Amino acid sequence: MSTTQSRSSTDAGGGSTFAEVQETEEFQGLKRTLRRFVFPATVLFLGWYLLYVLLSAYARGFLDNKLFGNINVAYVLGLLQFVSTFVIAYVYSRYAEKHFDPTADAIRHRLEGNES
Amino acid sequence: MSVLAVATDAVDGGQRALTMSLFVVFVVATLIITVRASRNNATAADFYSGGRSLTGPQNGVAIGGDYMSAASFLGIAGIIALSGYDGFLYSIGFLVAWLVALLLVAELLRNSGKYTMADVLAFRMKQRPVRVAAGISTITVSIFYLLAQMVGAGALVTLLLGVSSDTAKNITIVAVGALMIFYVTVGGMKGTTWVQIIKAVLLMTGTTLVTVLVMIKFGGSVSAMLGEAADRSGKGDAFLNPGLRYGTDAQGLTGKLDLISLGIALVLGTAGLPHILTRFYTVPDAKAARKSVLWAIGIIGSFYLMTICLGFGAAALVGPEAIRAQNPAGNTAAPQLAEAIGADFFGDIGGTLLLAIIAAVAFATILAVVAGLTLASSSSFAHDIYASVIKRGEVSEKDEVKVARIAAFAIGAVAIVLSIYAQKLNVAFLVALAFAVAASGNLPAILYSLFWKRFNTTGAVAAIYGGLLSAVVLVFFSPVVSGKVTPGTGGKADTSASLFPLGTDFSWFPLENPGLVSIPFGFFCGWLGTVLSKEYNAEKYAEMEVRSLTGAGSEKAVQH
Repeated sequence: MSTTQSRSSTDAGGGSTFAEVQETEEFQGLKRTLRRFVFPATVLFLGWYLLYVLLSAYARGFLDNKLFGNINVAYVLGLLQFVSTFVIAYVYSRYAEKHFDPTADAIRHRLEGNES
Repeated sequence: MSVLAVATDAVDGGQRALTMSLFVVFVVATLIITVRASRNNATAADFYSGGRSLTGPQNGVAIGGDYMSAASFLGIAGIIALSGYDGFLYSIGFLVAWLVALLLVAELLRNSGKYTMADVLAFRMKQRPVRVAAGISTITVSIFYLLAQMVGAGALVTLLLGVSSDTAKNITIVAVGALMIFYVTVGGMKGTTWVQIIKAVLLMTGTTLVTVLVMIKFGGSVSAMLGEAADRSGKGDAFLNPGLRYGTDAQGLTGKLDLISLGIALVLGTAGLPHILTRFYTVPDAKAARKSVLWAIGIIGSFYLMTICLGFGAAALVGPEAIRAQNPAGNTAAPQLAEAIGADFFGDIGGTLLLAIIAAVAFATILAVVAGLTLASSSSFAHDIYASVIKRGEVSEKDEVKVARIAAFAIGAVAIVLSIYAQKLNVAFLVALAFAVAASGNLPAILYSLFWKRFNTTGAVAAIYGGLLSAVVLVFFSPVVSGKVTPGTGGKADTSASLFPLGTDFSWFPLENPGLVSIPFGFFCGWLGTVLSKEYNAEKYAEMEVRSLTGAGSEKAVQH
């Protein structure tokens, strides 16, 4: 069947089952490394975006204040959404490369080691 | 962001010929590339995922080409040109949405799936019910989105080529449909990808060119551009402030809730759009998937920043009256700006040339997006519904791909017929509806599936159907379908601003965007369905978790 995996679902390769790999401290650490970053970051950027939308709906007196020439608070906050998106994306990629990828690669290589 | 049809005589013969020629060059180039791509289109992995051999940057550019639709390009520029600041909300929502894809979805999906969204959702569940639900949702979202784009293409031909007959619109719709069917059936994912890459490069080049000229015109001062736009808008500073279009004080509480509802659907919809999700399978591994999203964020972010210049530049240099005269929804603002700024710098010929370039880019934009949608929906039909459900997995790869090609043909044909039938209707709301369905049904199912151990078949099915149905039902009973009236001005009669004609009103749901209700409802259904069922497959969960995080056992790139 096109959706079945090429080997039995319990065998992860490298002589261990997926369940065994899942229970190792190394794998649990890997999972924590990812979640420790992505969950707080998601709460942060969604909250910050929601704040911006709520301000657009309910705090117009504040957003209408001009800061530089014709550029008001609304534009500055809008542009900061762009900046925060770029920054979070960049920081995440650095974090993942440094803390996540080495462990993930090590586990994968061990499991796939006896394959071509 | 409707692309309303209006007759226009502002387009002269020379410009029309030039636009046509440029567009023909684009079509011929993409056809050649598609045919070349088809030589390496032997296996299912080639057809569905381009052999998973794209690089991260290539896929990132293609994602940009898949994502930035004519609604973004013409629609957002138009909303900003006519309503000022409020159009900016779309730009921001469409960009921030990519963080959901980057942080939560792209890499894990790449590692655990194969060809379609359902591969991930059904990984540790009962295959058939989940695949049926995911297939229905994928095809529904894609058809909504397709209709909006193709009806838009029909209207665009009027605006950009100055041909207003119904025949011309029908020919355009059929031609767009035929081209997208060709790209998908012949080129598969590889052909579609190259159409999207070329389109993205053209769109970015055209937009950058116009933006740079506008900035030079205003001496590099955004503030000066905004000031001029506000002066010409006749609305003064209000043009630069939020609230001219969405959540106006006149609309009261409902208007503000609608604004919030739209904002939420924009940011959560992207990571649930099937034609975006399938793009993550086109790269060799999760790291390349991450890199694709980083590139996509760079490109899409730069593009949406430039929409500020397109919109306010058009308001300042063309003026809202001239824009409204061509198209009341403002969809011609960007092409009109191109003509004005080109003429300003390089004389009439420059204006004609720049207008022709931007018009051809707009057609290319539509083609690339509809091809992506057709591919995603036909893949889901063949892989999820035909192979796994109808044939219960007893089908050869070759037959599955054959069915995918037939499905692409059928979905394309259905889209053509529906678009011709719908071209007199105001179907622009379908884009927002597609985002709402993706955010309400697909996203909860994907996130639960990747992060919630306990999640099971009942939960997945409940989330998808709950989100899909609530979004569609709420929109059906909302003012976008019936009961919204545009008061006539200057002695003209009232007109219907809804899908149904004047006089029909069965709307009871006050918001035009269902997201505020349907997204939490989708998440709730997923939770409720899960806790009501005892099913839990520890082994499959272990496999999915290890595989999604480490990439062990994930699908590998095809070697040619």
